[in-house]
This record gives sequence, structure tokens and C-alpha cells, in this order.
Amino acid sequence: MQRRFTLKALTAAVALAGISALPAHAQSGGTIKVGILHSLSGTMAISETVLKDTVLMAIDEINAKGGVMGKKLEPVIVDPASNWPLFAEKTKQLLGQDKVSVIFGCWTSVSRKSVLPVVEEMNGLLFYPVQYEGEELSKNVFYTGAAPNQQAIPAVDYLMSKEGGGAKRWVLLGTDYVYPRTTNKILRAYLIKKGVKESDIDEKYTPFGHSDYQTIVADVKKFSAGGKTAVVSTINGDSNVPFYKELGNAGLKAKDVPVVAFSVGEEELRGVDTKPLVGHLAAWNYFQSIKNPTNTEFIKKWSAYAKDKKIAGHMDKPLTNDPMEATYIGINMWKQAVEKAKSTDTDKVIAAMAGQTFKAPSGIVSKMDEKNHHLHKSVFIGEIKADGQFNVVWKTPGPVKAKPWSPYIEGNASKPDEPVKK
Amino acid sequence: MTFTQVLIRPLVLRLVCFTVFSAASCVYALTPAEVKGIASGEGDARIEALNKALINADDKTAAFLQALSEDAVKVAGEQVIVVKDDKGFDPITGAEIAIPDTAEDVMNNNRMRGELDTALATLKLFSKDEKVRGGSIKTLLSETDEAKLPLIEKAFEAETNPEFKDQLQLVRAAILLNSEDKTKRLEAAKLLSQSNNRNTKTVLLERLKTETEPDVKSALEATLRSVEASLAWGDKIGALFSGISLGSILLLVALGLAITYGLMGVINMAHGELMMIGAYATYVVQGIFQKYMPGAFDWYLVAAVPVAFFASALMGAALERGVIRYLYGRPLETLLATWGISLMLMQLARSVFGAQNVAVENPSWMSGGVQVLGNLSLPFNRLVIIGFACAVLLGVAWLISRTRLGLFVRGVTQNRPIAACMGVNTARVDTYAFALGSGIAGLAGCALSQIGNVGPDLGQSYIVDSFLVVVLGGVGQLAGTVYAALGLGILNKLLEGWTGAVLAKIAVLVLIIIFIQKRPQGIFAMKGRSAEA
Repeated sequence: MQRRFTLKALTAAVALAGISALPAHAQSGGTIKVGILHSLSGTMAISETVLKDTVLMAIDEINAKGGVMGKKLEPVIVDPASNWPLFAEKTKQLLGQDKVSVIFGCWTSVSRKSVLPVVEEMNGLLFYPVQYEGEELSKNVFYTGAAPNQQAIPAVDYLMSKEGGGAKRWVLLGTDYVYPRTTNKILRAYLIKKGVKESDIDEKYTPFGHSDYQTIVADVKKFSAGGKTAVVSTINGDSNVPFYKELGNAGLKAKDVPVVAFSVGEEELRGVDTKPLVGHLAAWNYFQSIKNPTNTEFIKKWSAYAKDKKIAGHMDKPLTNDPMEATYIGINMWKQAVEKAKSTDTDKVIAAMAGQTFKAPSGIVSKMDEKNHHLHKSVFIGEIKADGQFNVVWKTPGPVKAKPWSPYIEGNASKPDEPVKK
Repeated sequence: MTFTQVLIRPLVLRLVCFTVFSAASCVYALTPAEVKGIASGEGDARIEALNKALINADDKTAAFLQALSEDAVKVAGEQVIVVKDDKGFDPITGAEIAIPDTAEDVMNNNRMRGELDTALATLKLFSKDEKVRGGSIKTLLSETDEAKLPLIEKAFEAETNPEFKDQLQLVRAAILLNSEDKTKRLEAAKLLSQSNNRNTKTVLLERLKTETEPDVKSALEATLRSVEASLAWGDKIGALFSGISLGSILLLVALGLAITYGLMGVINMAHGELMMIGAYATYVVQGIFQKYMPGAFDWYLVAAVPVAFFASALMGAALERGVIRYLYGRPLETLLATWGISLMLMQLARSVFGAQNVAVENPSWMSGGVQVLGNLSLPFNRLVIIGFACAVLLGVAWLISRTRLGLFVRGVTQNRPIAACMGVNTARVDTYAFALGSGIAGLAGCALSQIGNVGPDLGQSYIVDSFLVVVLGGVGQLAGTVYAALGLGILNKLLEGWTGAVLAKIAVLVLIIIFIQKRPQGIFAMKGRSAEA
């Protein structure tokens, strides 16, 4: 204690004397800098803003308990404005100028791909909290969202089961970009392995922001005449509302043609008239409606924080969702890893991350895999209820290990399940 | 539906005892054990309990199943409670009971809901209400279990409505299709050729997979062809309808722009945001109705239409007075200024209503659809929007061609100095015209709130489409806008059915580029001297 005080006083004295006019570095001010790289404006602001607040809440919580290694965390917030190249620039700024020890950020796969070369080159550390298509494994990234085998494949298994309706025909419907395309490629290979014929799979894509689903719903209806059909939807963002509305108006009910979505969560349902959606499904690794003490506490913390900080929407109706949980797990695991490594040095923290565990709000003890930088996660299938929450109808017996290199994509069998040293 | 084998005979017996003897001689009733079994436990066990309860079904069973399928049942320990208007009732005695805090909702997954619906439909097949019977026949159309046959035949004989009799005949035929008796299968295959229902196709396809008798097989194939032919008609009309519907939306979003850009020549990049204001106005009106007049909630949209119009019109007038009037004749500056305004308006919406989308509900009369053919149902919200677009179009056409304001607008846009010489207050006419165009954008926003998202970015997704329609139709021509909107809508939908949504969008853009290259003035060109002005 004594020594740290002297150090601090010395630093202060030095700074005061004006000898050093340099900006405070990561550890010099007695704080550890944490970068937050989420879009606060533009199209992705809807989803990403709340993740920034989740990180801030976790930082407040950690600081209240004395910080990390006795140092307070200091958030550095930047706004990449849903602009993919800007993500890379802001990362450069966070790592080069602000010298942050770790970055929490990104939502879309394309933003992650934009950040990736920068983080690798500057040897930074990124925690990515959203479900994604896999096919990537970087030494500098920890993926706390789901890989396809932790979301898409269990969902299809459920729909095939008796309880899920015993679907025989499949419509794979998505927005036209990398995540749906890759996910559907994996699902198609998986279905065919399960004995589904090519003619019983219909793959469809729509442009970003597509709002007229009449033709697609009519096609789904036509397709479903050939046998029990299920729709796997990787439709992104705003397009979901017109899609579900059209489905309801065309008289396709969830019990006839169930739709399982991978991008529809509590937050996305906030601005939606949920009547036509009731009974449709979503697959996630966390739902707000999951009942266990850890989750109750997590929701309570978030409600209090949202009310305190007057976060728009959340102060009246606090909601939690899967990426928020993944963010929360991520920052807490990072804290544990730093304390284990006794340093914020990237390589030491990466080594210390392997095998870290954290009691997750989803009700399991979440474990970071020893090798592949992904979390082990339980998978839940929820049916949408009229109040915008989910009723969990199925879950995996235990946590599932992530397979970032899906075995259903050619050429992946030979790839190692850990980051390749360059 | 294997349970039907167990269930049919007693049900028929019971029906007989209902019709032949007095109802009092039947001693069956809903028991607490049955209620508990249906309401809680694992899926398989619940369905088994449901099937058992159906054997001895009475009115109380039907009422209880109805409540279950409406998600209005709670369980607290051993007690099962039916909830109605926030009050709890015992499903067996009907007595009112308190709902304890520990009571949990009974959850039904899709499989359970399907079973409940079939069970209810079977129970309702003998209802006195024609509507109820019609509904239950529809639910049973995809039924293929032979054990159901005696019941269907019973209902068929008791049925008095000829239309329902025909439908029951089809249900019967669909079941007979899987009969052991070859002649029955043949007869059924022939009967089914009259069906125009999609489920019939499913049934036929299933049977074709297992059929071994060659003559039945050929009859099945013939029937399948005729069913498919009648289905094809429904599909074609459906595609045309979706084209017209898209066209009506394009027309609505472009009509306001046809005035501000087409007639006045203002490149208004904030047009989309004026639509957004209309949509948010609808949201606000909805909120007021929800709070103060929940009884009249279904009619909030009627009140929202004028509110949306005036909200956007006022904003438009303010824009014109505040910014645009200083920029007439300078298209580039107008473009930049209105683009800036559009960003400001979006941020304003974000600050006031939050970045998230807001929920605008369809009134109940705009949900669902009307069944036109066996496989074609037209959604009410789209029908209403088509009607609304026509009404707005007629209103605008009347305003421009028949009123004094319209005359002034046309006069000023054709030749400003001469109109001024005639004593027309051109500045005021500009304001009115711009406000009118903006108000129509507000109406479009009100309509869009019924089919899509309401959020700060609402306008962004329509601005390009609306400019496309106006340019394609020919700047300065209302009629051109109408043709362009409908043409683009139908073309888009036809291409989409053929190539998929992504390629269709690209193809439409390419076609428009080619068209504009060949004919820069659009479908309808302005003729005469005013064209050069």
C-alpha cells in the first residue's frame, strides 16, 4: 500500500512538474483502459448501443469491488457509426493512441472482419459477443457468442423431433450476406446427411432492408403443400417484422409452418406487435425468461443500472438478451484472466483465458475452451410469447463445445481446433 | 392421430345417446384427474390425457380445451384454474376461485396446440352454429386417419348446408384415399379432383408415394394434375395481387414527391423523413387511443390519417418557409440542404422516441385476410392500403385539376413570372404546394406503419424507390407516376417469383437504367413550350 502511494505521488509530482506532457498510458494513471467499439449511430445502433451500456455496467460493478489488480477500469468509448471501414480506424485509434488493454465490440460479421487485421497486426485483444457463422479463429479474438453448432444445428434437430413437429421439408431463408449464406451452407450439408432430399430444401435470400415478403410467403405456402415444412430464418434486423406480419396475414400459423429465427431476440421484439409471432421459435444460448438466481440477479442489476443512467427504453422496460449476456461473461472472464496472469499484456492474458470459468446468467458455469477461444454454451429453443418474451421449450442436456470450423463445410476437417501461429 | 382409434367408437356412441335418448342418460364428465393430466406434465403424457378425456367429452371439456388453446389456463399445485377477465374459475365446477401468486401459466408448444385444435374441431363438428362447423371442417381438411371416417360420415349425413356437405365429402375422400379397398381409393381419387385446397395436394402426393395399383395410380395422377391446375390459378392471381399491392405502396410513397419534385422541381431528400413523421404521428395517436379510449382502439387509424397528414404538412411548410424557398433554382444546394435536414429529422426522432423501432399494431379489422380461392387469401391490410392509395390519388388529382389552388400550382410551375404578373402570390402557392406534397408523404407514412417497421430509418428504405417512380413516370406528370408505380410493382413481383428477391431487385434497376437511357424524359414526356422551362 505504502509503495503504491509513493509511486502514485511520484507520478503526480512528475506530471505536475510538467516534465511529462504525454497522455496517460494504459497503466500509468493507476487505471486500466478498456475500449468499447460498438455503433452508437446508424443502422446497427438499435442492437449495439445496449452492449456499450452492458460493458459500462460491468465496469462499474468491477470498480465498485476494487477494480482489477487494485486498479480501476477506465472505459474508452468510440463510435464506429455502423460504418465497416470506420471500425478498423477506430480500432487503430484505441490500440495505438489510447493504448487500451482490451476491446469489447463489433456485432455484424463484416465489422469483425474489418477489425481483425488491425487487432492481429497490433497484437490487441478483442471480445466478440454475437452469434456468428464460424470459419474463423484468431489468436487475438475471444468469441463469446455462439458458433453454428451451438445455435443452428440444435435448432434444426429440435424441429425434426416429434416434439418440434417432425419437419420433413425445409425453407432456409436469409438476408443476403456472409452469416446467412455460411449458416445455410452448413445446414444444407447437415440436412442432407440426415437424409433430407435436395428437392425438400429451398434456399432463399432477400436484400438488406427488404420489406415486401408477399412472394416469399406465397412460395413458402406452396412449398409446404409437399409435406410438413419448417422455416429456418436468418433474416436480419428490421426485415423480420414485415416477414412475420405477412406470414400471419397469409394464415400460416406457427403450428403449421414453424419459423425458427437466429437473429430475433428480446430487444428485436421490443418494437413489434407480437400477436402474429406467437408460437414461432428462436434459438439462443440465453433468454431473459430463464429462471435461476444468477439470472434474476443479472436482470436486477441491469434494471437498476438502466434506471439510474436513464437508458432510453430500458429505464421503463428493462430487457436483457443473449449478446448482453455474452458481453457480461466476456468482461468478467477477462478480469479473471488478468488477475491470473497478473498483467494486462496481451499474450499473457490470452494464455490465462484458457479454461476460465464464470457462472453465467443462463444457468450454467460457462467455460472458455482451453484451445479454441470459444465458450462452451447451452442451447435453448424458445417460443415467442405475446409479451415479447420467450418460453423455453427445449434445451441441450449440457454445455456444447463450439466447432468454429464446421465439419459440414468441405476442407475443414484438416483445420486445427486452435489458432494457428503465424 | 392414433388416438382417434380409441376415441371414435365411444364418441359416436355418445352422439347416438345424445340424439336418440335424452342427454341426461349420459354419465360422462370431465374429472379433476383429466384436467390435471392435460394441463401439466410432459408433452406425450399430456396428449395421452387429452385423448382419454376426449372419449368422455362434454361441454365442459370443450370449454376447457378452448381456454387451453387460448393460453388462459394456470396451474397452482394441484389446482387448475381457467382465467377469464382476470378472474379465476374452476374448470369442473365453474365456481370462481382466487388465483394464487404462485400460479404458473400452462405452456403449449406447437405440437400441443395442433393436437388441441384437432380435438376441438372434432368436438365442434356437430355444433349448431354454422360458422363453428365451417371452421372445424377446414381444420380437418388435412386429416387422413381412417379411424376418423365414421365420425366424418356421421357428420356428413347430419349436415344440412350443401357447401359444408361438399367439403365434408372432400374430407371423407381424403381419408378414403388410404383405404384398403381399391375401389374406394379409385372413387376417392376421382372425388378429390374437385378440390382446390392445398392440403389435398399434400394428401395426394403422400399417397402417390405408396400406391402400387396402376389404375389407382393413374387416377391419382390425373387428380393431382387437375388440383394443381386449379391451384395454379390461385398462384397466378396471388402474384398479380402482390404486384398491385407493391405498386399501391410505391404510388403512395411517390405521390407526394411527384408534387414536390415533379411539379415544383425541388429535389427533396427529406421526403422519406416526412413519411417517417407521418408514421410516428400514427404511433402517437395509437398511444392516445390506448390510454384514453381503449374501447374505440380499433378505429385509431381513422383518426391517425388526418393527424399524420397535418403533422407532415406543417413540417413541410416550415421547411419550405425556413430553408427551401431561398434555394429555388439551385438544385445542387437544395439536394444538400434537404439531405442535411433529413439527417436532422432522423436524429430528432431518435432523441424523442429512442433509436429502437416502436410498435404500431394493426387494428383487428386489418388483421387476417379474405379467402378468395382454396389457396388464395388476400390480406386485409393490403386491400385497405390499395383502397387508400386509390383514394389519395383521386384526391390529389381532383385538387390539382379542379381547384383554384391546383390551378395556381400548375400556373406557377409552368410559368412563374407570368403567374406572378396575373397577381398570383407565387411564394404562398409554393408553400401550399410543398405542404401538400409533404402531407401526402405523411399519409404514406401512416399506411406504411401498417405493414412494416416504424423507426427513425423508415424513410431511408423508401426514398430511392420514390425517386425511381417519379423519374420513370416522367417528371411533372401525375399520370406517369401512377403507371410507373404499378408497372414497377408488378414487374418486381413477377421477376421475384422467377429469379428470387436479390436478382429481381438488380434486374429492375438494370431495366430502369436502360429505359432512362433510351427515354430520358420518362414514360410520359411534357409536351409543348412548358417542357423547356
